[in-house]
Amino acid sequence: MTENKRTIVRVIGVTKIFKMGKVELEALKGVDLEVFAGEYISIMGPSGSGKSTLFNMIGGLDKPTDGKVFIDEVDISQLDAYELAWLRNRKIGYIFQTFNLIPVMTALENVTLPMTFAGMNADDAQDKGIELLKLVGLGDRFQHKPLELSGGQQQRVAVARSLANDPAIILADEPTGNLDLSTGEEIIELLQMLSQERGVTIISATHDYKMLNVSDRVIWVRDGLVDRVEKREELDISVGGIGEKLTGNKNGERRA
Amino acid sequence: MNAPGSIMGRPEGRIDRLISLSFSKSLEISFKSLKVRFFRSLITISSLILAVSFLCFVLVNLDIATGILENGGKEAARALAKAGYDVNLGDGVVTMAAKERWIVILSLLVCTVGIINAQLMSVTERFSEIGVMKCLGALDSMVLRLFVLEAGMQGLAGAFIGAVIGCFFSLLTGVIRFGPTALAHVSWLSVIGSVGIAVLAGCFLSLVGVLYPALLAARMEPINAIRAEH
Repeated sequence: MTENKRTIVRVIGVTKIFKMGKVELEALKGVDLEVFAGEYISIMGPSGSGKSTLFNMIGGLDKPTDGKVFIDEVDISQLDAYELAWLRNRKIGYIFQTFNLIPVMTALENVTLPMTFAGMNADDAQDKGIELLKLVGLGDRFQHKPLELSGGQQQRVAVARSLANDPAIILADEPTGNLDLSTGEEIIELLQMLSQERGVTIISATHDYKMLNVSDRVIWVRDGLVDRVEKREELDISVGGIGEKLTGNKNGERRA
Repeated sequence: MNAPGSIMGRPEGRIDRLISLSFSKSLEISFKSLKVRFFRSLITISSLILAVSFLCFVLVNLDIATGILENGGKEAARALAKAGYDVNLGDGVVTMAAKERWIVILSLLVCTVGIINAQLMSVTERFSEIGVMKCLGALDSMVLRLFVLEAGMQGLAGAFIGAVIGCFFSLLTGVIRFGPTALAHVSWLSVIGSVGIAVLAGCFLSLVGVLYPALLAARMEPINAIRAEH
């Protein structure tokens, strides 16, 4: 990575406490994190580790109990509803595990919706939508409804939609979680291509260790804390131990 | 002009930071979503159709009776009273019997509750859709507007259909009960007025019914909305 990197996401001492009746659950216990522009980051960790919570904080979908989250040097807890909507619309593109396309709209309408919100006129949005669908390899299917598309194709539409307003960050929440092996790989390749060719920062929460091969850095979350951060170079060496890492077997980690 | 939140790179660019959805576009979106869920909407408005047609039926019946009374004098008044109308011969008007009034009010109330129920279901069904819209930058007011527009269109269509049905049956029963001459002296202006009142009442009820579900949808946090599906 280059030396003059720009920080695009900065998480400082973030804690999050969920109240479930009388029980307080500390999902995050003080997380510090920095993500640089253009990076491909994977957040990994077992279920219940606080991974999703951290992910939602970064996406501005949830507010921390304590600590600060900066996106592009803006403290998101300071934003009002309008600015938060603007942030979600322009700065961040979301990709979900369950695709979450709007079922009553065609692929093209799904992709152009964020542009409409952003105030782009209909013709420009149409052109850009078609261009984005071509980019993700769906140039000929833009009039189809989500239910007429396969899972992989739906996720491609979702990727195109996330790019609608040229966001600085794409947040992918288990993007391959509902896809089979090869379709998942296609989506990962697509994300890698976007990261390399368009310089988009990609942050993905995942269980899928196919993701690790394309990530610049992997952030391991455990019990509400960042367990460790690994760069790709380190990963390549210890790739044989990944299976053990996922199961949380600490003995297998450093064996390479 | 440098509000605390306006540090998003370009403080001067507040104008182009506004998320917007034009009225015609919202109309288009809500119309499409109604079209796709056609049968669902039909069920939602069926109770409205029934209630409005009943209201319209009663109102037009009164118009017909008034027309007969104006023309037929005492004899007509007797016939009308026999048929169950409250006739005020002095003023030359026919009014609703108290019992009938209550039935109309009750039917409208039941209809409103039905609409609230159906709209709540529809909102629940669309939790994830609302969540996605919000993740894409939709404001609370946009979500609210989409639901209110949908309800408005449903209300207008349902109330219109109901009013036409009610009016038709009222005229039909008028002819059957009082013979073919019954419609000769009806003031068509007041019939149209009655239909208009029924349509307006239907629209109003539809909007009242959607208010709570739409507010619920609009205020939902996107993260909860998306999670609700899993």
